[in-house]
Amino acid sequence: MSRHTLSVLVEDKPGVLARVASLFSRRGFNIESLAVGPTEMPEVSRMTIVVSVESLPLEQVTKQLNKLINVLKIVELDAESAVQRQIMLVKVRADASTRSSILETVNLFRAKVVDVALDAVTIEATGDHDKLSAFLRVLEPYGIKELVQSGMVALSRGGRAMTDRSLRPVDRSA
Amino acid sequence: MSSTTGTDTGTTSSDGATLTGAQSLIRSLEHAGAEVVFGIPGGAILPAYDPLMDSSIVRHILVRHEQAAGHAAEGYAAATGRVGVCMATSGPGATNLVTPIADAHMDSVPMVAITGQVPSSAIGTDAFQEADIRGITMPITKHNFLVTDPAEIPRAIAEAFHLAGTGRPGPVLVDISKDALQATSQFTWPDRLDLPGYHPVTRPHAKQVREAARLMTESRRPVLYVGGGVIRANASPALMRLAQVTGLPVVTTLMARGAFPDTHPQHLGMPGMHGTVSAVGALQKSDLIVALGARFDDRVTGKLDTFAPDAKVIHVDIDPAEISKNRYADVPIVGDVGEFLTELVAVIEEEQAQGRQGDYEGWWATLDHWRQTYPLGYDLPDDGSLSPQLVIQRLGAIVGPDAVYAAGVGQHQMWAAQFVEYENPRTWLNSGGLGTMGYAVPAAMGAKVGLRDTPVWAIDGDGCFQMTNQELATCSINDIPIKVALINNSSLGMVRQWQTLFYNERYSQTDLHSHRFPDFVKLAEAYGCYGLQCDSPDQVDLTIEKAMSIDDAPVVIDFVVHKDAMVWPMVAAGTSNDDIMVAREMAPSWDRED
Repeated sequence: MSRHTLSVLVEDKPGVLARVASLFSRRGFNIESLAVGPTEMPEVSRMTIVVSVESLPLEQVTKQLNKLINVLKIVELDAESAVQRQIMLVKVRADASTRSSILETVNLFRAKVVDVALDAVTIEATGDHDKLSAFLRVLEPYGIKELVQSGMVALSRGGRAMTDRSLRPVDRSA
Repeated sequence: MSSTTGTDTGTTSSDGATLTGAQSLIRSLEHAGAEVVFGIPGGAILPAYDPLMDSSIVRHILVRHEQAAGHAAEGYAAATGRVGVCMATSGPGATNLVTPIADAHMDSVPMVAITGQVPSSAIGTDAFQEADIRGITMPITKHNFLVTDPAEIPRAIAEAFHLAGTGRPGPVLVDISKDALQATSQFTWPDRLDLPGYHPVTRPHAKQVREAARLMTESRRPVLYVGGGVIRANASPALMRLAQVTGLPVVTTLMARGAFPDTHPQHLGMPGMHGTVSAVGALQKSDLIVALGARFDDRVTGKLDTFAPDAKVIHVDIDPAEISKNRYADVPIVGDVGEFLTELVAVIEEEQAQGRQGDYEGWWATLDHWRQTYPLGYDLPDDGSLSPQLVIQRLGAIVGPDAVYAAGVGQHQMWAAQFVEYENPRTWLNSGGLGTMGYAVPAAMGAKVGLRDTPVWAIDGDGCFQMTNQELATCSINDIPIKVALINNSSLGMVRQWQTLFYNERYSQTDLHSHRFPDFVKLAEAYGCYGLQCDSPDQVDLTIEKAMSIDDAPVVIDFVVHKDAMVWPMVAAGTSNDDIMVAREMAPSWDRED
């Protein structure tokens, strides 16, 4: 199994998220992460979907997604040629004895503290999957009280946009 | 899209008129070309039924159960090639459509289902007769709509018909809230559709067509594996041309019976779980499978990883997601199968003009050997009782290839696929993918509505028949004179066959006692039909001929057949096509014994 990031442009219509989610569940594909939001085009939303599948099932995922009438375009973004980011908020146990070393870790990972209490700090961090995992491993010994992560968002590197014709969509026509 | 058929739906002017949503709906159906709607009214859809009463274009046929409305729309669509339409109210009316919608989705039947929904202010409150039918049908429709604004009704209907009938056909549901049907808006029929995410590829890639031609010429054991897509695409003439030009063997799947004439010498019959030995063998021992609008269903491939191990695959389908879904395609071709066949024939003729011709002589010797050694057949019962296969074979022979046959699901369906000779596309209707018992009577009804002058026969089992036979009332009242050949073996025959073979002859809950109850002749008569019964071989022809002579009402023939007949050949579920059994404990020998 390997992790794939799909960027999916969809019409911003009611029910489109349900269609995508139900398709994944119906075909037995697991969504690792999902982020949905508006784009530079009105009435078009972008879904960034991270799935763990072999390459042949991935072809089925994209083909089945393409069959949805509200799906406009699908591109697979590989890690080398795309910028991928997640945002994470994590509440870490912190008292006078540990606070300064936690802050040092926060600086090392270019994260920031967004809330401080007597017994805890809340940290905001952004990065790709690997960076956030590494950060969490370092924070774990202090005691993680609460954690929330957004879905992955991603854009291809370079000057081209997904709406450019030159960027080949994944398997519209096999 | 053109707007040619607008007429009186309560207001006389056409575009721009202020209409209720209900009037807009009926006018939209007229614009879309609907000539008949099968349905049942109820609370939420009620506003639509008022202007429907005044339409001189759209005929409504009041059925007795919404499931039958859906199957009738399917039968109409499958027999005529036009989009079938069914209509139901919210909640239970809509959920009763779920089975035929799922059926149409599996078998790629162009159908539009229209449902009423509770008023938009009540959606989500668990209101009376509320069901989230859009949510429920998402995985079993090609697309669906929930409309709560009357101004959006024409566009939704126009898009629904376009989506249902183009590309890979399928069912589209339009759910309309009651307040949208009651409110008014300006009626405008859209000149152009706005579906930016929908561009079915119909033109096959020229390079792939040449590659296909090359492989076909080079192969020594090729076979044309013809699926239902050939019928949906009206590609039978192009298929015939290819067969003539190449001399290749042809097999037609359950969904493709009639796509290629059964009497044609290159036709080996149906492949799959109950296919002929020669058709199963032709795929299994092939070195090149040319899949045309077929989807490598498990009932065709048997155990997938042992299926046709030596074959390369050329896979042509209008749906890219079918290609390499079950079996890897060496040459994937997305497009309309008719266009593909036409272009392929041109390329092959060029090749042949330059002296490149396929050599299939050895292959044909093998195929002919299988065909002669293992023809389809059946044993007559020793006790002189009626054989179901004989009934179906005689029916096909007497009624002939110009009639339409609709089957239910089970043993009688398989025998109807095996022993009726089909010569024309759209003459064989059945529930292939979903396997919906109860399909035959309403589907035959829908087909007969679409083809007034064509004899339409339902070949049904006594189990299936009792699921939807209430529609005989609809047929009698609306002058839809279908004929039903009831293959009454008093049991759920296919399930019983599996119990015989795999459950040590323990017949748990498969005896329907339908040689005793109901009295099918009386039941037919109660519904205003002619009821005939036949229980002896020497009366079969006479009874069929008598039924054919009646045309003023539906006819039901209760063929009382013996219940131990089994469908052969058989590839048991989950086993390899290599292990096909010609009859019980009798496997064919694949190698020639000479």
